[in-house]
Amino acid sequence: MKRRSLMLGLVTLALPLGALAQPYDTSRVVAIGGATTEIVYALGAADKLVARDSTSTFPARAQTLPDIGYMRALAAEGVLSVQPTLILTEPGAGPPETISVLQAASVPMVVVPAPFSGEGILAKITAIGDALGIPDKAQMLSDQVRAGLDDVATQVANDDTAPKRVLFVLSTQGGRIMASGTNTAADGIIAMAGGINAIDQFEGYRQLTAEAIAVAAPDVVLMMDREGDHASTAEALFAIPEMATTPAAQTGALVKMDGLLLLGFGPRTPQAAQALHDVLQGQG
Amino acid sequence: MMASDTTTDQPFVQGPFVDRRNTARRAHLWLGLLLVLVSLASLAVGASGTSLWGALLKLAQGDALTLTERVVLWDIRAPRLVMGICVGSALAVSGAVMQGLFRNPLADPGILGVTTGATLGAICVIVLGATLPAFVQATLGAGPLPVAAFLGAWGSMLLLYRVSTRAGRTSVATMLLAGIALSALFAAFSGVLIFLADDMQLRELTFWSLGSLAGASWVKLSIAAPVIVVSLMLACTLGHGLNGLALGEAAAHHMGIPVERTKTIAILAVSAATGTAVAVSGGIGFIGIVVPHLLRLATGPDHRGLLVNAGLLGASLLLAADMIARVVVSPAELPIGILTALLGSPVFLWILLRKRGLVDM
Repeated sequence: MKRRSLMLGLVTLALPLGALAQPYDTSRVVAIGGATTEIVYALGAADKLVARDSTSTFPARAQTLPDIGYMRALAAEGVLSVQPTLILTEPGAGPPETISVLQAASVPMVVVPAPFSGEGILAKITAIGDALGIPDKAQMLSDQVRAGLDDVATQVANDDTAPKRVLFVLSTQGGRIMASGTNTAADGIIAMAGGINAIDQFEGYRQLTAEAIAVAAPDVVLMMDREGDHASTAEALFAIPEMATTPAAQTGALVKMDGLLLLGFGPRTPQAAQALHDVLQGQG
Repeated sequence: MMASDTTTDQPFVQGPFVDRRNTARRAHLWLGLLLVLVSLASLAVGASGTSLWGALLKLAQGDALTLTERVVLWDIRAPRLVMGICVGSALAVSGAVMQGLFRNPLADPGILGVTTGATLGAICVIVLGATLPAFVQATLGAGPLPVAAFLGAWGSMLLLYRVSTRAGRTSVATMLLAGIALSALFAAFSGVLIFLADDMQLRELTFWSLGSLAGASWVKLSIAAPVIVVSLMLACTLGHGLNGLALGEAAAHHMGIPVERTKTIAILAVSAATGTAVAVSGGIGFIGIVVPHLLRLATGPDHRGLLVNAGLLGASLLLAADMIARVVVSPAELPIGILTALLGSPVFLWILLRKRGLVDM
């Protein structure tokens, strides 16, 4: 018994030491997840990257890297073909068969935490910095991001107007409103910017009925700024009958922001929260 | 009618009929050779540039392979090859049997509701599986999805068989219509689950329904391959019976063909083979339609040679499509269902236009 606890003690001691001693070969890194890639770039470690997944679109330079496909549908041989020495991924990379083959090929994989909160971003930066063996740079970036987040939080605390009810609309295909409930990136950023998510009855993204929109009574509608079905104008959006009666329609309050900036929960999130906060206040 | 070009044109069919059988036999040889070549290519081609030849040379000299070589060849390409052969032949042979059984050139395994049943099973796991506690999910791993898809396929098949069998007689007409009704019902259940799914799950579903051999592993194969091999061997014994059924059930009965038994074996074998194929590889379309018709055009409608040839060609075709799928957007990968339809449909249309009227069954 004594011996076992001694062993356990040794193991727990050894773990943090091992983490400090940069256990990974970082010469050929694959980054999976938009925020992960952004953080690697922000840490100045882009020269170590050899590939990225299809959700990693920022900074624009990242798009010149080979694309190993969508993070939930990775091909084992495709990933191995870039000869990675380390894979940095957000949770949810798959399918499980691919992951087990990569483990069989003994490619180290670091899963970076990804909750939709300010602390989550800092944890991501720390984890990536540790994995790449550049904790000092990670500390600097994380301090910088924390300062940005604190700054926005202070402004939010000092807001003298009532918080705005914000409805995040993912798409309006065929006049049907897909909106964000709780526990999403959109929900997280709205809270950071001092708004209130107008929808709190469900988790994730759902199609809303006309009456639910009337009850939600959003002051502002938030959308992603991109092509395709997301590119609806304020006129088109507020012409949808169930939207027409909302407070947002009366003031024409439609805010559009870049999707990855808004929902990425990476190093640019303080800017995103600041921008959204400014817009929400300006609408007052 | 399937045998019309041999029976009506020439009442005494000895000459051309024998000729056709020889064509089919020669085709066994050529298609077998094709499959061997495609299989070798499939082991040699891949995103990582690992060389099959290099690895064989190393082995011949008694050198050890590097870890990457071993993983790429043994854990990625080899199971994928076997899976491709199993799934491709399962889909093609099932298509040929269904078209013969229903005397309908449009029939494919999907028509029995087997595919929608499997899809429903898969969707259940993807959407509802996420509500299980994390440790249960971790223990089960990737296992539940193929198992649920398989159960979905079998459940729909048993239900359909029950509906269309009265007093020991199975009505293929009832089965055709009931299959459509069941498909619609399963699609509706799937729709409910799709509504409940979050956007991550939706993307997973989309990829699953487009089909892929990327999930091949020896563990999956150890379950799927025996089921498919046994059902295909059963299906390949049906040639004579299906030839008889082409003339109608009464005529077949008078020819001394055990009609009910032929139908039962056909339905069981097809459901087991397609259900398993869909379970391990998702929805791969068009092989079941294109391959049998191509072969009918080339070697005639006699099911005795057709079924084996369909297996060989189906396997080769799927392997070839898979090779393209894994290198064309490397290091990412295209879902294979896109490729089979993209390559298969135009070829099929072209043949139909050139040889209009020849796809008579």
